Amino acid sequence: MAALNIEQIALDIASPLAEEPGALLPILHALQEHFAYIPTEVVPGVAQLLNLSRAEVHGVISFYDWFQAEPSGASTLYICRAESCQAMGSAAVEAAAKQHLGIDYHQTSDDGRITLQPIYCLGNCACSPAVMLDEKLYSRVSAESLVAMLDNLPERES
Amino acid sequence: MSVRVYVPSDSTALSLGADDIARGLGEIDLDIEIIRNGSRGLCWLEPLLEIDSPEGRLGFANVTAKELSTLFSDGVPGSAHPRCLGLTEELPYLKQQRRLTSARIGLMKPCSLDDYRAQGGFTGLTKALEMSCEEIVACVTDSGLRGRGGAAFPTGIKWQTVLSAEGDKKYIVCNADEGDSGTYVDRLIMECDPYTLIEGIIIASLAVNADEGYIYCRAEYPLALERLQQAIELATDAGYLKHFKLQVRKAAGAYICGEETSLLESLEGKRGQVRFRPPLPAIEGLFGKPTVVNNVISLASIPGILAGGAASYQAYGSGRSRGTLTVQLAGNIKRGGLVEVPFGLSLRQLLEDFGGGTASGRPIKAVQAGGPLGAYIPPALFDTPLDYEAFKAIGAMVGHGGLVVFDDSADLGQMARFAMEFCAVESCGKCTPCRIGSVRGVEVIDRIHQGEQVEENRILLRDLCQTMIDGSLCALGGMAPFPVLSVMEHFPDEL
Ligand SMILES: Cc1cc2nc3c(=O)[nH]c(=O)nc-3n(C[C@H](O)[C@H](O)[C@H](O)COP(=O)(O)O)c2cc1C
Ligand code: FES
Repeated sequence: MAALNIEQIALDIASPLAEEPGALLPILHALQEHFAYIPTEVVPGVAQLLNLSRAEVHGVISFYDWFQAEPSGASTLYICRAESCQAMGSAAVEAAAKQHLGIDYHQTSDDGRITLQPIYCLGNCACSPAVMLDEKLYSRVSAESLVAMLDNLPERES
Repeated sequence: MSVRVYVPSDSTALSLGADDIARGLGEIDLDIEIIRNGSRGLCWLEPLLEIDSPEGRLGFANVTAKELSTLFSDGVPGSAHPRCLGLTEELPYLKQQRRLTSARIGLMKPCSLDDYRAQGGFTGLTKALEMSCEEIVACVTDSGLRGRGGAAFPTGIKWQTVLSAEGDKKYIVCNADEGDSGTYVDRLIMECDPYTLIEGIIIASLAVNADEGYIYCRAEYPLALERLQQAIELATDAGYLKHFKLQVRKAAGAYICGEETSLLESLEGKRGQVRFRPPLPAIEGLFGKPTVVNNVISLASIPGILAGGAASYQAYGSGRSRGTLTVQLAGNIKRGGLVEVPFGLSLRQLLEDFGGGTASGRPIKAVQAGGPLGAYIPPALFDTPLDYEAFKAIGAMVGHGGLVVFDDSADLGQMARFAMEFCAVESCGKCTPCRIGSVRGVEVIDRIHQGEQVEENRILLRDLCQTMIDGSLCALGGMAPFPVLSVMEHFPDEL
């Protein structure tokens, strides 16, 4: 029943976008915005809608880091690993996040609150190190300020 | 009369509390008008509050919401206030620039068409509307503008190819994937002055007879995506997009999709794998049609070139590098920000006169120019002028104009390893030298660092780099060796 529902919702979201040329990425973005990830159940429907094979749709989802095939935490913390942030000590920020959350990149904390992801440049390189939490950018982050940020994170639903 | 107070609203200013400042100002019982402008790109001063005065806009740097009550305790602060920097326009950092492409950022409300027109917007378009396709293309060619996305290909020649190409349909694609570390000027333009980009795209469409276009913007830039969307809607309502359908497409986090053929695949809804060429995108691009693919800054430079004429743009520069470059100072730098200057300034002038040296106060060890595929340049070469050919001559590249500074505590051996690791993470997987070579590169560098058969492994690493340079399908694998080789050459103790 639940699965049926997901498929139907997905079709409702995808159908209005399907006429656009090259519609797959906009559709996947819309689905991820709705479900917070891209459930496998939606793949056959999307494939049929766009006249693609399931393998092609899977292939696109797995190619792009932005698309999540698994449910993630209530919040996603992106830590910039690129050069400018490294020049300003992002390694310490990264280590503090991993230690404090007890997880590595691409993992979700046990309480389900945070998924940790690496990212390569947030376009904030004059105020490195940078991180992004739920689409909000932070500048000149230190290990201490990051831990404080995680401790003060408001409750959000997964 | 109320006093205008400008509170910047680009991502950097917002990340440093600009919204809290605006909220705080709203609660102050004084006759002030809060204007949410973009950003001047003086990033190290953000949030840079500006207050109107009879002489011009006064700057107040690094303002916090907490200090507002003190700042405004004796009314609206003026030039005599100890926190006042004086007129923003008179700050040497800004005054010594030659802002052409970024002339309007921070001056106005980003999505206001009235503000844009008041600042001289659409002058270039008005001129273009009276010109033939050939005349517009000739103007761009004569300006000497070369692509600012990295490859520095002459923009006018690319446009001429698309104009001459047979096709029932042609596209303009704006590359707003800005993946290079140390670069953020595309973001500044999109967030602070989106109409300059849109005007440039419209002029491009007139030049090559295109009726549809896309701005492919990275997903990491939610605010830029939002502002572009809003600006396109307003420009459409105002009738600027009658002959041309313009859409924003959100990318999905793959660095390789900044490479133009991979970007086109992505726009077509596929995996972002690099295409073999020929054919060139200008002949067979998006959905097989002739397509102009240009970087944000290339396109955003067009309105000014049309408005001022090719000769006035061409008059700036050095050698075959004409006009201005929007340099972005990043990394361990005291005064990080956007520096738009004519080509020809030395690296030292940029890093020291503008940048003020490192943020840490320690000596500069190296600067990585042109993104993750660019060389690490030692201080001994800091007299090199900003110039595509001069950079090439020292094995470096200008690229998209990012300069990432490292102080003497940096481990460049690790940065060389990171270059290979990044290539491995971001490889599209289509060609072996890039996909496998980068993984092997990390392993060999690790062995050197562990002291295993160092000389043999160094030779192996050089061979591997050469194989990647010669055999990769695109510049990701083809250039990732450059930072590695530059560390081996200039910092032999570290690799
Ligand atoms: C791996 C790789 C990544 C690139 N990333 C970008 C990018 O993020 N933005 C960009 O404008 N050009 C990028 N380019 C360059 C484009 O392939 C292309 O040259 C450019 O979009 C052409 O526009 P221009 O002539 O206006 O510079 C990249 C190239 C490579 C090989
Ligand atoms: S390198 Fe981290 S924001 Fe650009």
